Amino acid sequence: MRTTRWQRWSGLLFIAPWLITFLWFTLGPFIASIFLSFTNYRFIGLPEWVGADNYVRLFTDDPKFIRSIINTLYYTAVHVPGIMVMAFFVAILLNQKVKGQPIYRTAFYLPSVTAGVATAYLWILLLQPNGLVNQFLGIVGIDGPNWLTSSTWAMPALILMSFWGLGTTMIIYLAALQGIPQHLYEAASVDGAGVIRKMWHVTVPMMTPAIFLTAVLQIIGSWQVFTQALIVTNGGPRDSTLFILLHLYRTGFEYFQMGYASAIAWVLFVIILVFTVIQFGVARRWVYYEGSAER
Amino acid sequence: MTARTVETGLASAAVPSGGRTIRSRRVQALQLLLRTVYYVILIGASIMYAIPFLWMIRASLMSLDMFYVVPQPLVPNPPAWNNYTDVWQVGPVLWWITNSTIVSFIGVTVGTFISALVAFGFARLRFPGNRILFLIVISTMMLPQHVTIIPQVILFRELNWLDTLLPLIVPLLGGAPFYIFLLRQFFLTLPLELDEAAQIDGASRMRVFWTVIMPLSKPAVATVAVFSFISHWNDFFFPLIVLQSSERLTLAVGMRWLQAGQYEAQRLHLQMAIALIAVAPVVILFFFAQKHFIRGIALTGIKG
Repeated sequence: MRTTRWQRWSGLLFIAPWLITFLWFTLGPFIASIFLSFTNYRFIGLPEWVGADNYVRLFTDDPKFIRSIINTLYYTAVHVPGIMVMAFFVAILLNQKVKGQPIYRTAFYLPSVTAGVATAYLWILLLQPNGLVNQFLGIVGIDGPNWLTSSTWAMPALILMSFWGLGTTMIIYLAALQGIPQHLYEAASVDGAGVIRKMWHVTVPMMTPAIFLTAVLQIIGSWQVFTQALIVTNGGPRDSTLFILLHLYRTGFEYFQMGYASAIAWVLFVIILVFTVIQFGVARRWVYYEGSAER
Repeated sequence: MTARTVETGLASAAVPSGGRTIRSRRVQALQLLLRTVYYVILIGASIMYAIPFLWMIRASLMSLDMFYVVPQPLVPNPPAWNNYTDVWQVGPVLWWITNSTIVSFIGVTVGTFISALVAFGFARLRFPGNRILFLIVISTMMLPQHVTIIPQVILFRELNWLDTLLPLIVPLLGGAPFYIFLLRQFFLTLPLELDEAAQIDGASRMRVFWTVIMPLSKPAVATVAVFSFISHWNDFFFPLIVLQSSERLTLAVGMRWLQAGQYEAQRLHLQMAIALIAVAPVVILFFFAQKHFIRGIALTGIKG
């Protein structure tokens, strides 16, 4: 096809809406936030340059910030492996020829679609001392704690709540399971592999791309927990569920220390970036992509 | 996978054996046992995941007194239907629903359309910088919202947009990186000959987009539209920051008004009623568009 100069440039017209909003609402603010993080700005007047003071204060003079990082690490360490194992298990359960499969799939998936303030309210109710969670524990003979007023149990409560939202992870696994060619299992059978060996030597290796993807997504998500921390526990009791994003929100939009809040945002951004880069770096050693010679 | 392979595994083990009848009866018994255990686990776990929703409905029909009766009645009797009339008086709920609907509607229609248009540009048109600009789209997809939020709020203040729906709507007019990415990947799977044939017939690029590509991409576009509705309807962090006056709030932000004090159960019945109202459209949509959800997530899962 002949390309005139008009044709060469007219493609830009199609992407112009994105380009304009990107420059205006993303790139501009992105650069501005680097600048702001080196200033003292209280939403009125002019930003006052303070150099690296905000960053120094974060790590030397802000126990709440350190606390929020520890809390987030705690949440990540339990939530991410937990939700992945549970979602894997549920995906295996659902990947069978079962009557009424859509019904079961809906039961597991629906909670992740309805996530938000409404489900947070629901969990306040479920986590009451006489709520559903404790009633259920009572059946097994466990005397459940008062989840939301205990600084020991509030974080486990939020993690428990997070397991209710395994739907997205589960669907990714389910799709990956269905993509495993049947002949691999047949070959394994011929070689005399049992159920467990097939699982370990066929299913799991073929699933590594999906496992990797969900690990990346879940870790990024863990650093951005907000709604449940604000609604269900409001960061408490005694800062035991103060997540880093909640700390940023309060600093920036309740105390209006916007320069300082920008510094928090940048530290959070760098943390997420480092975690993601590390994961991609390590991925080569354990993620198996079909069709590529390397393993 | 397990049960199916268990079956085939056991069946093949049974064949070579000589004492066929005894062996196969044992195998059948074992299969039946495995099948039963499987169903017990599956149904049990499904019920555990579904029960919280029933609890939500139950609590939304309890009068406040019932929360303090020990033991609480399993089924609220009589059901407090008036919760659903009382809840409208706690705040301008109708406004909240209207605002959420406006933002979600524009997101689903205009937002999806523009995402598709931009995706078409990236997938089909050659222009200087195509590759680099698309790389930028992918990187903004991973850019967390909080990094840009503070300067954005300052920008919206300068524009006098704070406490209006504009900060929620205007950025939508450029499409969303994630949906642009998704649609571009889908467009790439369509054969290029289709475009060329239409162009030989004299169709403009816009016409190719609208009459060739879009009709063939209905499933992908539907998936994006559904995702976009859910994410706008549930969105909380951003509207919480830019909205303030009671009539300007979206439903998710407005719902916070019902939260009396931190650990009080004071208005739990009304909270549950409004939570159910908020969840209902999403659940209804899910039942109608289940296919699109599953496909969409699988798509992002595999290609992401």
